[in-house]
Amino acid sequence: MPKDHGIGASQKRREDLRFLTGRGRYTDDINLPGQLYAAFVRSTVAHGRINAVDTATAAAMPGVVRVFTAADFAAVGGLPCGWQVTDRHGKPMLEPKHPVLAEGKVRHVGDPIALVVAETAEQARDAAEAVILDIAELPPVLDMKAAVAGGPLVHDELGSNLCYDWGFVEENREAVDAAIRSAHHVTTLELVNNRLVPNAMEPRCAVGDYNPATDETTLYTTSQNPHVIRLLMGAFVLGVPEHKLRVVAPDVGGGFGSKIYHYAEEAAVTFAARALRRPVKWTASRSESFITDAQGRDHVTKIELALDREGHFLAVRTETYANMGAYLSTFAPCIPTWLHGTLMAGNYRTPLIYVNVKAVFTNTVPVDAYRGAGRPEATFQLERVIDKAARELGMDPIELRRRNFITEFPYQTPVALVYDTGNYHATMDRLAEIADLAGFEKRRQESAAKGLLRGLGVNCYIEACGIAPSNLVGQLGARAGLYESATVRVNATGGVVVMTGSHSHGQGHETTFAQVIAEMIGIPESQVEIVHGDTANTPMGMGTYGSRSIAVGGSAMVRAASKIIAKAKKIAAHLLEASDSDIELKDGKFTVAGTDKSVDWGSVCLAAYVPHNYPLADLEPGLEETAFYDPANFTFPSGAYACEVEVDPETGKVTVARFAAADDFGNVINPMIVDGQVHGGIAQGIGQALLETCAYDENGQLVTGSYMDYAMPRADDVPFYAVDHSCATPCTHNPLGVKGCGEAGAIGSPPAVVNAVIDALQRAGHTHVTHIDMPLSPARVWAAMQH
Amino acid sequence: MTQVSMTVNGRAVSGEVEGRTLLVQFLREGLGLTGTHVGCDTSQCGACVVHVDGKAVKACAVFALDLQGAEVRTIEGMANADGSLSVIQQAFQDHHGLQCGFCTPGMVMSAAALLAENPKPSEAEVRKYLEGNLCRCTGYHNIVKAVLAASGQDVAAIAAE
Ligand code: FES
Ligand code: FES
Repeated sequence: MPKDHGIGASQKRREDLRFLTGRGRYTDDINLPGQLYAAFVRSTVAHGRINAVDTATAAAMPGVVRVFTAADFAAVGGLPCGWQVTDRHGKPMLEPKHPVLAEGKVRHVGDPIALVVAETAEQARDAAEAVILDIAELPPVLDMKAAVAGGPLVHDELGSNLCYDWGFVEENREAVDAAIRSAHHVTTLELVNNRLVPNAMEPRCAVGDYNPATDETTLYTTSQNPHVIRLLMGAFVLGVPEHKLRVVAPDVGGGFGSKIYHYAEEAAVTFAARALRRPVKWTASRSESFITDAQGRDHVTKIELALDREGHFLAVRTETYANMGAYLSTFAPCIPTWLHGTLMAGNYRTPLIYVNVKAVFTNTVPVDAYRGAGRPEATFQLERVIDKAARELGMDPIELRRRNFITEFPYQTPVALVYDTGNYHATMDRLAEIADLAGFEKRRQESAAKGLLRGLGVNCYIEACGIAPSNLVGQLGARAGLYESATVRVNATGGVVVMTGSHSHGQGHETTFAQVIAEMIGIPESQVEIVHGDTANTPMGMGTYGSRSIAVGGSAMVRAASKIIAKAKKIAAHLLEASDSDIELKDGKFTVAGTDKSVDWGSVCLAAYVPHNYPLADLEPGLEETAFYDPANFTFPSGAYACEVEVDPETGKVTVARFAAADDFGNVINPMIVDGQVHGGIAQGIGQALLETCAYDENGQLVTGSYMDYAMPRADDVPFYAVDHSCATPCTHNPLGVKGCGEAGAIGSPPAVVNAVIDALQRAGHTHVTHIDMPLSPARVWAAMQH
Repeated sequence: MTQVSMTVNGRAVSGEVEGRTLLVQFLREGLGLTGTHVGCDTSQCGACVVHVDGKAVKACAVFALDLQGAEVRTIEGMANADGSLSVIQQAFQDHHGLQCGFCTPGMVMSAAALLAENPKPSEAEVRKYLEGNLCRCTGYHNIVKAVLAASGQDVAAIAAE
């Protein structure tokens, strides 16, 4: 019987009631008395020198309150980068200034140059168009290899476009080279991991507010991590102390990474609100989102896999060019390094691995984490090269994977990670069932009868989630800790409020976190309220990304709740005149072990706040505890995915006919929500594999800058998915045994789709087609079939 | 500025608008009905779908002034009279057809229009009809299930195909 409450129950989401009735409160729904509106003047060229910005006409237009330019921000800091990567020669990465408004040069289309503030949004937009720019266009640098080879400099003062040249593990380099030289077989694959636009459906929005009477500044913003924004903007950009700065991220309409970062617009509206002493609001148009939200992926990679005669993996060597765009976004440097290089062991026993990553500045929108962040790039190249190797060796691709699976845990990879648990054979077995791999041949014949080429693609993935032990990431260059926090406040009448540093923007924390607390105490979930997203009423939190909320935030909450329970037991022991070591808590009742003496949860809570009969000498009144949890390790969700496609040989059009995902997420709090997370990730992965790409023309103009040109997956581009997470090897180092599930779908699915298309073409006799770069558009697939 | 009057969720409303004011702006800023969302500026995401005289319309693609006397329904007007969720809204909750909720008002309004036109749509018909509504969170799986369930069909059997 599935559970109907607590941990493991598919509880319907409580947050749905407000979203389904139009009562959500997203940032753009907030309007403050006296509010002004901001519009940005942005660069229309990819690279240019700013000769002059003439704001006179704009400033005189109706409703315009003020036009700000870079000069107004002279005393303000640049947007900080939160991670410093050290290159393979021990040098720190090149780190350019990222001004709030462009200084001297514009470096990508969309780079903000001026800020117009007016009484209405229309007036602000009209005036922004009247700002006259004198910009001397410079040749842009767009191609990464050209940028490194001596193309025009994005940042003149750096003297190079190479941000860093990272090697990992540098000490292994020669051994890897030697293993590859002497191997029985080496499979080589060159590929592109296409640049994507995250496209959370809610465009970014920011409202700055300042109260001169109290000197308090508030920013309402579409953020996945309001405390991080408070820290970065307060301490590094505006110089506002944290106790005078409140950041609120209310309902947020999806993030997928793009709302982690501290953006110029947040600092600009807050600065303007302080200067003008009136609230200032900016809401991105979708066109603005396309040219300002940090984009994702954009790697160009060569991978080599060395194997012995039996197909055992001997070594992996990769060389990757990773696009940083024009500036370093908040966490950009760590994505192609520590979230990518460390994952190159995948699910396999490969004794020797060397990863080289060259991060490059170009005149494009900054690139940072997008759902999966580094891990999809690692998974894609590894799972593609394994498929290619299987074909070259005449082996079954599943068998080749199985032959190399890691089977003993904990497992130390040669790329720093220690996997605590996993069972890759079991997830592969489970996949075979839910995907009905045995029925593929029959379905293939049915497709053939319709004139369609059917192919099957299977792959595995592993990811490192629950980022991350602070002392470790500190050594790796993080400029932040990566713990999480929670305060559990019990009211006198027994209701519980949890204030968590995790942020929910679709993940359903208000429901799942309440399930955990209700289970721990044995009270109904309706007695538990989850509060998040406001620095004024939650302890310092690091926010939600990297599938970390339940693993890190959930653990902090469990730890705080455990302190509550320990204290409540002492109170119960006093009330029951027993020793607290004899008190048991079950179903909301404290019992003296082995007796029928008991007191209920509510009475203990009341006693804590009305301490008439209370051990005041030993115990403080009240029932409220805060805990910080710093993870001991990453968590390692893993899985096996299968995709079946049909390719139309006439047009090259690919249809995803079936998709199955067998994941190991460890313990699961709410299976319905977990399924939903996987569904969403798969659709994004199918989007990357077949539809989406971020294309710049030779002038650095974004060609795919609207939903007319950027092909988002729509309801009729995808099938129903079969998902399963019954193979669960619980995490060994966090209290709930959870691993995280937010990114798996987006990590595991692109190679499955591409493997399936290559399989379909190979079966149809196009044996020369060993790879097609994503997105596998009809034109690309058709062209591949023409040789 | 010109005066516009219409009925929104059964209530007579009026307000001053510019010629360029879109229906979605009038709803959100003029009337404070912020349930209708704006997800794009090219009329392609469907976050803004409302009903005008019973038909699904993208509220970012019509001017408020063109709707003098029209009958408009938004997500705020979709619940039952007693405040409980309508069949479609309930199906979205039951089948986890929403995550961040941003696309949800438009999805619900589109789904309602579909079921009014075609009370027992096939899976393919649902997917085709919802082509104009982007959702980045759900992968559409549970949205399609919710719409089929709201039409009274056995979704377990369909999704297991
Ligand atoms: S806002 Fe995107 S279609 Fe209307
Ligand atoms: S639920 Fe987030 S966009 Fe659909």
